[in-house]
Amino acid sequence: MSTWDRFVETFFNAKVMVKYLPDILSGMVVTIELAVLIVLSGLFAGLVLALLRALAIRPLNWLIIFVVDLFRSLPPLVIIVLIYFGLPAAGVSPSGFVSTWLSLAFVLMAFSEEIFWAGITSIPKGQWEASRSTGLSFGQTLINVVLPQALRLTIPPLTNRTIAITKGTALGTVVAVAEILGQASSAVSNSYNPSPLMMGAAAYLVLFLPVVVAARWIETKFAWKR
Amino acid sequence: MSKPIVEAREIHKHFGHLHVLKGVDLEVAERELVFVIGPSGSGKSTLLRCLNRLEEPSSGSVVVDGIDMLDPRTDINHARQRIGMVFQSFNLYPHMTALGNVTLALRKVAGKSRGEADVLGMAALERVGLADRAGHTPGQLSGGQQQRVAIARAIALEPRVMLFDEPTSALDPELVGSVLEVMRDLRQSGMTMIVVSHEMGFARNAADRVVFMDDGLIVEQGPPAAIFENPTQERTRAFIGQIQRH
Repeated sequence: MSTWDRFVETFFNAKVMVKYLPDILSGMVVTIELAVLIVLSGLFAGLVLALLRALAIRPLNWLIIFVVDLFRSLPPLVIIVLIYFGLPAAGVSPSGFVSTWLSLAFVLMAFSEEIFWAGITSIPKGQWEASRSTGLSFGQTLINVVLPQALRLTIPPLTNRTIAITKGTALGTVVAVAEILGQASSAVSNSYNPSPLMMGAAAYLVLFLPVVVAARWIETKFAWKR
Repeated sequence: MSKPIVEAREIHKHFGHLHVLKGVDLEVAERELVFVIGPSGSGKSTLLRCLNRLEEPSSGSVVVDGIDMLDPRTDINHARQRIGMVFQSFNLYPHMTALGNVTLALRKVAGKSRGEADVLGMAALERVGLADRAGHTPGQLSGGQQQRVAIARAIALEPRVMLFDEPTSALDPELVGSVLEVMRDLRQSGMTMIVVSHEMGFARNAADRVVFMDDGLIVEQGPPAAIFENPTQERTRAFIGQIQRH
């Protein structure tokens, strides 16, 4: 057996791959479900926090900044483990799926709040003044004038951060979530062959490469000339 | 002088320990064009911004068109529709077309439908000579055109008073004329205007009154000819001399 054959036999073993393809595919479904939940809830919560922060109510802002800094400092894996193994002590036992979803959603909320907030504060004061001088309220100005401009500015950092955090779904393996990496790892243990890991890597590429390309397209589309 | 439409009394404004306005009284009659001049830092822009409460006066009273602007019970957003404002840096919304800029407040504040707002918005753009640029975004317009759209945005709401805060200071010299022309046209239509600007030529032949401010106070005021030719105060004379040398 040549070296090359041994390499293929080890990492791209056709028999193993065919056998475990259904597992990897079901892992992809779980990863997609997790990712969609994390992105929707994380970005929504981040935007809500940024809008609340714009109200400039001091004690509320301190609270928001504390929560945001907390979730930006803690490694996502630590949060997952805390929720999964720690909450049961408090009488709530979230599943591994829910633990992973909540943890990464909190992290995305924290980072996206900072990005949305940076976008809102980067809009020149003159935009607020022009709008307020024509009689629009604070809220109307925020929604109609400031936010549409702020969101465009936030799209590049936001898409990057969202992709980075969503890939963290692989951490769910630690709390027995049957997502791509989890399925691949158990297939490796069962088959004594690392080929499923290569399939797992390919599955991540299939999922995230289009997202990365789409992000690039969105960034170009939403850039506008001043 | 008929009954004043703008009445500011004893306006004080502090920024921290900076005393920017030190008790300013300003009355403006209906259809009057008042020019406010003075060195930078004299408080003229702050005074203007106190009139529509973009700046909260530290004390004093402001009544515009019979509405007490500083009364907490006043619906400030409603009151501001009657007071148009034009800024030095235009402050157009870059994500909207010219027509979108003009119609936003018509729809959101004046409660017009999109169709009604578009008709009124086009009429306002027509008045500033830019109906053919309705679909352009601010980035596609020259500075002078942007400032005229900003004027259209203000007059579309049919304000009773217009405030101009150095409307031509950010413009290239060759673009100033088109903006002044629009202001002259507004003046002829009987709009009450308060203008902070150093366009002395325009002040001379369009203003009813020139107010000279220095160090947070009105030093002297009167018809343009009197202020420019025969100022009674030494500070006024020094300032007029300075700007006329340029």
